[in-house]
Amino acid sequence: MADAPTTDTDTLRRSASRVQSQRGIEEPPLIKWTLIAITLAFSAVFLLLPLVNVFAQAFSKGLAAYWNSLTEPDSWSAIRLTLTVAAISVPLNVLFGVAAAWAIAKFEFRGKSLLTTLIDLPFSVSPVVAGLMFILLFGLQGYFGKWLDAHNLKIIFAVPGIVLATVFVTFPFVARELIPVMQATGSEQEQAALTLGANAWQTFWHVTLPSVKWGLIYGIILCNARAMGEFGAVSVVSGHITGQTDTMPLRVEKLYNDYQGAAAFAVASLLALLALLTLGIKTFLEWRQARAYELAQRPEDHLT
Amino acid sequence: MSIELKNVSKRFGSVAAVNNVSYSVNEGELLALLGPSGGGKTTVLRMIAGLEMPTDGDIYVRGQRVNDLSIQQRNIGFVFQNYALFKNMNVFKNIAFGLKVKKWKRADIKSRVRELLELFGLQELERRYPHQLSGGQRQRVAIARALAPKPGVLLLDEPFGAVDAKIRQELREWLVTLHHELNVTTIFVTHDQEEAMEVSNRIVIFSRGNLEQIGTPREVYEQPANEFVARFIGVMNVLELDVSNGVARLNELEFPSHGLPDGQRLRIGFRPYSVQISSDVTVYRYRAILRHTYFLGVMLRVELELPSGLLIRARMTKEEYAFQGLDDGKEVSFQIRQYRVLAREGDRLAPEVAVTHDVPVALGEGI
Repeated sequence: MADAPTTDTDTLRRSASRVQSQRGIEEPPLIKWTLIAITLAFSAVFLLLPLVNVFAQAFSKGLAAYWNSLTEPDSWSAIRLTLTVAAISVPLNVLFGVAAAWAIAKFEFRGKSLLTTLIDLPFSVSPVVAGLMFILLFGLQGYFGKWLDAHNLKIIFAVPGIVLATVFVTFPFVARELIPVMQATGSEQEQAALTLGANAWQTFWHVTLPSVKWGLIYGIILCNARAMGEFGAVSVVSGHITGQTDTMPLRVEKLYNDYQGAAAFAVASLLALLALLTLGIKTFLEWRQARAYELAQRPEDHLT
Repeated sequence: MSIELKNVSKRFGSVAAVNNVSYSVNEGELLALLGPSGGGKTTVLRMIAGLEMPTDGDIYVRGQRVNDLSIQQRNIGFVFQNYALFKNMNVFKNIAFGLKVKKWKRADIKSRVRELLELFGLQELERRYPHQLSGGQRQRVAIARALAPKPGVLLLDEPFGAVDAKIRQELREWLVTLHHELNVTTIFVTHDQEEAMEVSNRIVIFSRGNLEQIGTPREVYEQPANEFVARFIGVMNVLELDVSNGVARLNELEFPSHGLPDGQRLRIGFRPYSVQISSDVTVYRYRAILRHTYFLGVMLRVELELPSGLLIRARMTKEEYAFQGLDDGKEVSFQIRQYRVLAREGDRLAPEVAVTHDVPVALGEGI
């Protein structure tokens, strides 16, 4: 074969001589670098540039103006509302997510696949539609509107409506993260705990929860990011009452429409900062998990 | 009596996993549940532990009916096939778990865990996490964890399934020693007949949810209750014979007809050690070529090929093999000293309780 080199063997030899590849087949360098360049340029234009711009605009009138636009009462109220909504909806969805993941991963029941599909519904429904659903249910013209009004309960154009809408759109995050983790873990560790005399709560607290810890934290982070950033569904149900039912994303829009660019970007930068923080934590967790996995894969290294 | 099953059945939907099984286990016994996979043995083990509920029948542990007792109340140590160690806890905490949830005092937990770590030779490893342990170490931790709360009964599901062959042998011996020291009633599940024979005091043999036989290793080997047991325990040559002219035949081999009329069929079986071989072709009635020799340590297994092509497995000591000057390819003569009738045509060759037949002198010529 070496005496009569064909095009094929040439290609093989060339790629074999390259350090970075163990494979016999590899794309020509032109394609490789074109793809990398396109990806990088695209990310720069669509991801990095806008992000940098948010901070540039936010600080365009100086640090004092930035601080003032955040502490100004209406913006401050929006920040507080966003944190409140996240503080209510995230724990709710954690509770639901753990229950749903548990049910789906550990039990066999009728309609299980339907439930699994249903959990994904908020991902596929437009947030605006989600908001409208709640208007149709709880709005003045809605099914429960009359009754709520008679009992002087306000859901739509009030904080409860915003929480409902947020819970709906962030519904799948925790469950989606936990289901595969719980399915992979199986139920043998729990059964072992039971045979050792642990009750259901002890089993859950000492065995189940620690084994899905990283998946759960990851789900909470994603859920929290979405809860704070949600615009569409919240916009429909909030009523945009300044200082009362404006969340941070709504506040950003309002300020921007009022030609207060710097103030809008200041609030936006805070949201962006929260998002970056979330991404940072997520990356850290992924790194830790990958490390833990790697360690688990080569137990021999740790044997004396 | 430590454990007793009375007419226990378990159905999953329409599938009967365990079918009307009754047996009892004595205090301090080391019992093997043996059978091919899907035989129902693991289900039986899980029912004793309370991890499965019997569809019918009663289970007694030390005289107390436990059907309605929860898993926690049964005080049974269970070792899972893949050990199911708590991944997020180190060795010490794994072993301590059962004591912690039972609200033992901290000092008592510490001394009990230390005691077990020492007994199991795990002192050096108490800070290790399960993923940092070898298969054999994991198994020891799993057994130590199950024994920590001082259970009345220890149940092990395929305890040697997840380790490689060499460690498996060590672990078998270790389990026997451990059982000898602790004297806890122990039941283990295995599909490996050799393992069951070597480790246990008594063996319960299952197939397709039915209890086929219960007895000591020697009993089930020498007096198998039926064809299934005979074929499952140890190696057996099985021949299907046609009766003609009052003799049951397969090719050149001839056996008595056992009262069956001409034209009917008969199934017989014989152990490799029942075959007597001589390098002198005139000594025994049948002739064959020694096709292949398998070295199994002290014993050898040889494969004999009859002129008709029929293959028969025989067994002999190394010394005899050498003394006879046997070798692959050599022509030998042989006889079958003992065989058992496994099935008769009348039952459409269904298994029957077998009776051993010594070969009558008329058929076993020579010695």
